[in-house]
Amino acid sequence: MMSCIDTIQAYGLRAIGLGERLLPRSDFTLCDQFVLIGSGMIWNLYFGLGALLLGFWAAIGMALARNSDNWMLRKPAEWFIFIFRGSPLFIQFFFFYALFTQLPREGIPINLGVVSFTAETSWLTRAWGGALVTLFLNTTAYAGEIFLGGLRSVPKGDLEAADAYGFSGWKKFRRITFPTMLRLAWPAYTNEAIFLFHATTLVYFSSFPARQQKGDALYYADYFASKTFNPFIPYPILAMYFILLTLAVVFIYGAIYRRLNRHLPSNQRTRLRPRPQIVR
Amino acid sequence: MFDFCADPDLLEGGRWLSCYLTTPKHMMFYQSFLVVIVLMLITAPIALGVGFLGALATRSHLAPLRWLGRGYTSLVRGVPDIAFFLFVPLALDQGLEYLRHKAKCPDWTDAIRQGSDFVVCSEAKFPLSSTPQIWHELYGVALAIIAFAFVFGAFAAFVLSGAMNAVPRAQLETAEAYGMTRGQVTRRVLVPQMWTYALPGLSNLWMILIKATPLLFLLGVEDVVYWARELGGSKTSAYSYPHPDWRIWYFLALLVFYLLVTKLSEVGFARLTRRLSRGQATAHGMNEARKGAQA
Repeated sequence: MMSCIDTIQAYGLRAIGLGERLLPRSDFTLCDQFVLIGSGMIWNLYFGLGALLLGFWAAIGMALARNSDNWMLRKPAEWFIFIFRGSPLFIQFFFFYALFTQLPREGIPINLGVVSFTAETSWLTRAWGGALVTLFLNTTAYAGEIFLGGLRSVPKGDLEAADAYGFSGWKKFRRITFPTMLRLAWPAYTNEAIFLFHATTLVYFSSFPARQQKGDALYYADYFASKTFNPFIPYPILAMYFILLTLAVVFIYGAIYRRLNRHLPSNQRTRLRPRPQIVR
Repeated sequence: MFDFCADPDLLEGGRWLSCYLTTPKHMMFYQSFLVVIVLMLITAPIALGVGFLGALATRSHLAPLRWLGRGYTSLVRGVPDIAFFLFVPLALDQGLEYLRHKAKCPDWTDAIRQGSDFVVCSEAKFPLSSTPQIWHELYGVALAIIAFAFVFGAFAAFVLSGAMNAVPRAQLETAEAYGMTRGQVTRRVLVPQMWTYALPGLSNLWMILIKATPLLFLLGVEDVVYWARELGGSKTSAYSYPHPDWRIWYFLALLVFYLLVTKLSEVGFARLTRRLSRGQATAHGMNEARKGAQA
């Protein structure tokens, strides 16, 4: 019987392959379950944060392309958003995994005239790469649609005032359009972030393999539920971790929202509602 | 299916493909699309019913009922839905067997949880191990539907309670002024009017429900994902129709199927919105009225 400190040392970073190699097989203590499911949260955080950070910028580009007058930009963006919002993320994972495993294993030679190199493909068949790419594309589409809504509801007066002050082009976008768009879209974007974190639990239940049993929180919760045949302990632990994560997201996004609204008179500031709506 | 399919080895090109796509297994694959649609159509009204009760609970005058309603909706929204899909069927199954065990075998002295086993007396097993296989499968599907209804009921409760709050206060006060009781106000004024406010949220919910159906695969239902994996995997020459790994094409077909369903639903809901906003004191309703007056 190990004490809980030992368990944390052995399994605290098990999800990323550090510590004890074998998972506990019998006599599961509450501590085992807390530590190992918590260790799995590392992956949920990694996928969620990675996709959000990359997807944020791509989504702004997507919203601008979707709002563009040039159909060569608008049409592909419309299709991209339609495809990724209209189909289940679960199927997208399966599809992209099948696609990534079909890529040649030795990499794709790319010849750019001056330089030629081989694009590595093997990392795409691993969960850390391939699933992140899929989640990134998915959140780009959802957040793109949200930012488009923000972009379209920037008040006309603000833009006219910007014109009157001689803003144009990049400077107008950077100083006027972008901050207002972000401010208007932020509550909806908070929801997207919450549900993106929830969606990260799908990774190891679609075809992406959890090599050496390095999985996410739900993977370990499912492991315990199937080993002990008692779902009433691991799933509530998982629920607790995710509620904490949701609260953290609401807190951080609320702080950013306050900063985005800091110029408004105090009676016009609205508080970010911490009750997530369902957007996915 | 066709006459010329008798010997697959001799076929080529289009004929090979037409025979390949009509094998009995492919027919089961096509059936599973229908199963998915039927399951959605069964789940949606149940979830709506659960959501309606949940929404009424969150508005209740009884504090415990209100807490229950609020706790239910916020718990489901705070935790990934897939966790519930894995948890609810297992929990229900064990709960049911536990209750039957208590009722049918009161003399049983052994503990039910023995290490990593869940042991109930054989009369308490549900469905009984003697029942035909089909009932076991249907039981699994029923548990899956309950799990979906549990999750989507909470989402629907959230949407519906928002819609109930959006019905103009003056409408309810007028009804009260006419001497209606609280129940009458709810039945005659609140509920008929809330649908137009609930529709955008409900249509969104329907889309989410559509996109959640592939998760049935995780519950062991032989759904579209199961067959896509089964049929798409590479087949050696031991099979009548050998082919390399074609999963990518099967999943592409699934993507297209879901895109079609969501697109069709979008069109359907746009029509329903127009229909429901007739005679409502909303911007959309006023537009409709104006159009009607001109015609």
